[in-house]
Amino acid sequence: MKLDAKIPAGPVQEKWSNRKFELKLVNPANKRKYKVLVVGSGLAGASAAASLAELGYQVECFCFQDSPRRAHSIAAQGGINAAKNYRNDGDSIYRLFYDTVKGGDFRAREANVYRLAELSVNIIDQAVAQGVPFARDYGGMLDNRSFGGAQVSRTFYARGQTGQQLLLGAYTALARQIGLGTVKMFSRTEMLDVVIVDGHAKGIVVRDLVTGEARSHAGDAVVLATGGYGNVFYLSTNAKGCNVTATWRAHKRGAGFANPCYTQIHPTCIPVSGDHQSKLTLMSESLRNDGRVWVSKKQGDKRRPGEIPEDERDYYLERKYPSYGNLAPRDISSRAAKQVCDDGRGIGDTGLGVYLDFRDAIARLGKDAIAARYGNLFHMYAKITAEDPYSQPMRIFPAVHYTMGGLWVDYDLMSTVPGLFVLGEANFSDHGANRLGASALMQGLADGYFVIPYTIGGYLAGQKAGSVKADHPEFQRVAGGVVEMTKRLLSIQGKRTVDDFHKALGKIMWQKCGMARNEQGLKEALREIPALREEFWRDVRVLGGELSTNQSLEKAGRLADFLEFGELLCRDALERRESCGGHFREEWQTADGEALRDDEKFCHAAVWEYKGDVKNAVRHQEALAFENVHLAVRSYK
Amino acid sequence: MKVTLHIWRQSKPSTKDDFAQDGKMVRYELDHVSNDMSFLEMLDVLNEQLIKKGEEPVTFDHDCREGICGTCGVVVNGEPHGPESGTTTCQLHMRSFKDGAEIWVEPWRAAAFPVIKDLMVDRTALDRIVQAGAFVSVNTGAPQDANALPVPKADADKAFDAAACIGCGACVAACKNASSMLFVGAKVSHFVHLPQGRVERETRARNLVAAMDKEGFGNCTNQYECEAACPKDIPVRVIADLNREYLRAKVREEPANTKRIGGDG
Ligand SMILES: Cc1cc2nc3c(=O)[nH]c(=O)nc-3n(C[C@H](O)[C@H](O)[C@H](O)COP(=O)(O)OP(=O)(O)OC[C@H]3O[C@@H](n4cnc5c(N)ncnc54)[C@H](O)[C@@H]3O)c2cc1C
Ligand code: FES
Repeated sequence: MKLDAKIPAGPVQEKWSNRKFELKLVNPANKRKYKVLVVGSGLAGASAAASLAELGYQVECFCFQDSPRRAHSIAAQGGINAAKNYRNDGDSIYRLFYDTVKGGDFRAREANVYRLAELSVNIIDQAVAQGVPFARDYGGMLDNRSFGGAQVSRTFYARGQTGQQLLLGAYTALARQIGLGTVKMFSRTEMLDVVIVDGHAKGIVVRDLVTGEARSHAGDAVVLATGGYGNVFYLSTNAKGCNVTATWRAHKRGAGFANPCYTQIHPTCIPVSGDHQSKLTLMSESLRNDGRVWVSKKQGDKRRPGEIPEDERDYYLERKYPSYGNLAPRDISSRAAKQVCDDGRGIGDTGLGVYLDFRDAIARLGKDAIAARYGNLFHMYAKITAEDPYSQPMRIFPAVHYTMGGLWVDYDLMSTVPGLFVLGEANFSDHGANRLGASALMQGLADGYFVIPYTIGGYLAGQKAGSVKADHPEFQRVAGGVVEMTKRLLSIQGKRTVDDFHKALGKIMWQKCGMARNEQGLKEALREIPALREEFWRDVRVLGGELSTNQSLEKAGRLADFLEFGELLCRDALERRESCGGHFREEWQTADGEALRDDEKFCHAAVWEYKGDVKNAVRHQEALAFENVHLAVRSYK
Repeated sequence: MKVTLHIWRQSKPSTKDDFAQDGKMVRYELDHVSNDMSFLEMLDVLNEQLIKKGEEPVTFDHDCREGICGTCGVVVNGEPHGPESGTTTCQLHMRSFKDGAEIWVEPWRAAAFPVIKDLMVDRTALDRIVQAGAFVSVNTGAPQDANALPVPKADADKAFDAAACIGCGACVAACKNASSMLFVGAKVSHFVHLPQGRVERETRARNLVAAMDKEGFGNCTNQYECEAACPKDIPVRVIADLNREYLRAKVREEPANTKRIGGDG
């Protein structure tokens, strides 16, 4: 596997301009001859599909939900970063670049991160032009708040529904193109394989989730914008349908998978309440602008929070990280929560929780001001827990939230399979080992609105339009494989349900490859996952038919992929013998429990090549060079 | 706690001539339901039991399970999204029901929302309405600086209140005329309160109303059931916005070249 990142020459500030100039262009009259298949309609997919159609390409767009507007991006709460410096507080493109490289614990590619920071400002302009109702101040100007890992206020937001409003912006742009007939939308349609002809991605095979029919779609390039794989842990803040299927099946067809072990555990989620739990709910990081995180100084303290006097409370983030306080980055805050719980100071019945307290902010600003900022989050919290966060602190605990790893892409966002591009959370490019809050929305939209429209032209200019049609024998072969897998799942008729297996996988992943990992646990997981997978293929029970709506079948297919992918994730975690960002190996920590990187051996992206079986996957490296932000111990003290 | 469920089971998609197909209410008893379970988690538990017994699980739409994607939605005891106000089905918790409760669960009922299976319906009519003009016609490019055009906070807040619509379709399900006026009103109201959206206000109002009629949604007769059912508390004033905008568009001459900006989907 050849890994050429194609990073343009020149100083980091000029790389993107240089690249845009170098890229070949497709003549406007020829664009309509090319067809691009965009899989996914979240921020990355919808913005890409709309922008490519506006340029004149023929676009087909796919999503598994009943409407493109329901992609998981809709659930993002807190905000989106942009280096606008409207606050005059010292922000700049360079500072956003710097914070993001440092926030990612020096495991991202500098050139990509710089471009992301550069494009961040255009995203806000674009969104406002579309009618995205961002929060405004009384002068009618856009408002900002702070997110973790930054000391400036650069996060734009729309109450607690920023993802929804941004997605509606992208979705309406997409809807406009659908109305104009330039995009053909296929909702309730799941991509189940990529078709590669003569080494280039030329199409996909999908299953129509209403009729059950398998169908081939041919195109001149394929764009995957299928989101993250957090549901490999079963419980996560992701929507139930989020999956690894599209990227995993592309991986099995030759796309390198980078850094699967980089998973983000978000510090502020509502704790698990019982075995019936089907997902976890995030409480936005923005709450840490005003909420203070604490536990009792005493172990096993069973008093109610209101009964614990001020001097017996440990505001541990403020104590350990005085300069960032409650806004310490996610990996650090999550680990700190785990440490106080391991120390026997966790709260609630399970001892797996800490308080997020708004008492002081309400006293300072008034209840109305807090309600205006976070009303919908408080409402959501009250719905789920039946507790009132205005009068008692929230109980929170870390939960799986985001995945920094993904398909490897070069600077043009093309995977190791020519013609297969990967955008948004599905790729690995910009966040290194830890993503800062409010930067996933930024990345998805930068990729879709402003990067792919340029870079895909550079690829298509070298391709003959419409060279492969869906009647090519390779499509029949791949579609045959898809149908065979469906039939196989239906034929097992074993005893255990899909959810039952998924929960079992989640337990292994969380216990052995969650917030803290070590060699012994990972080796156990690497024995347990293949055994579970074997049992799944022997004993799963999937009822219903092939040619009809069948949600169990959909879940089973996704889980089959998670059961393979989980093993790769653990292998990657085992091989990365250092701690960095969200990947914490207990063997590599400082005396006070902070992550200890090994830059000498691991300053690279690990890229896995599939060789017929996860066991045989080969690990390649893309070396990372830090020419602008110098490698240093990341400190938020 | 224990509950008795009556759930609509329909194995085949509705057609124009035969909407209900083989559909019927089926009774299930469910024990060990906890207060902390969400309504959908309760259905998960039922489905696990059905699968173990060899019966096909109940099909229902859902995704985010936190009240924002608009995918979930069933009629619970006659009320879309159930008894709690401002709550989607996925956010409804079993603590809202008493031990021993009997619960009737049905899909959205509207001619424009054919049933696909059990509790799952086809709501693509709402997407087609959006495609007819619920957008600002701006291409990706280099628009002016986001702060170049100040928007009074009050206007921005009004736009936001309408933009909070999650497109779940509960308003249609709640309305005895199966009208989609709250949904369409929300789109019109969102854009008309922003300067970016006002440029196309007339074509938008005309095209959306035409699309809504074409999809077979009914008329609004001011019952306000939609507002009561809306999980996002979209106020009926958006319907007033829609009516006003539509009237305004009607009385103005329609320039030939702006007709059908978005195509007719
Ligand atoms: C609760 C929550 C809150 C968040 N808050 C923030 C925040 O405040 N700020 C921030 O920056 N980030 C936030 N994030 C992260 C951010 O929302 C996501 O990383 C981002 O939206 C992902 O966008 P995407 O376009 O890459 O993928 P998604 O939005 O997940 O879209 C994936 C798309 O792919 C489709 N798809 C997937 N698989 C297939 C398949 N096999 N076939 C066909 N279609 C498929 C889906 O239908 C969907 O359309 C949050 C995440 C969560 C979970
Ligand atoms: S599942 Fe998303 S709103 Fe209910």
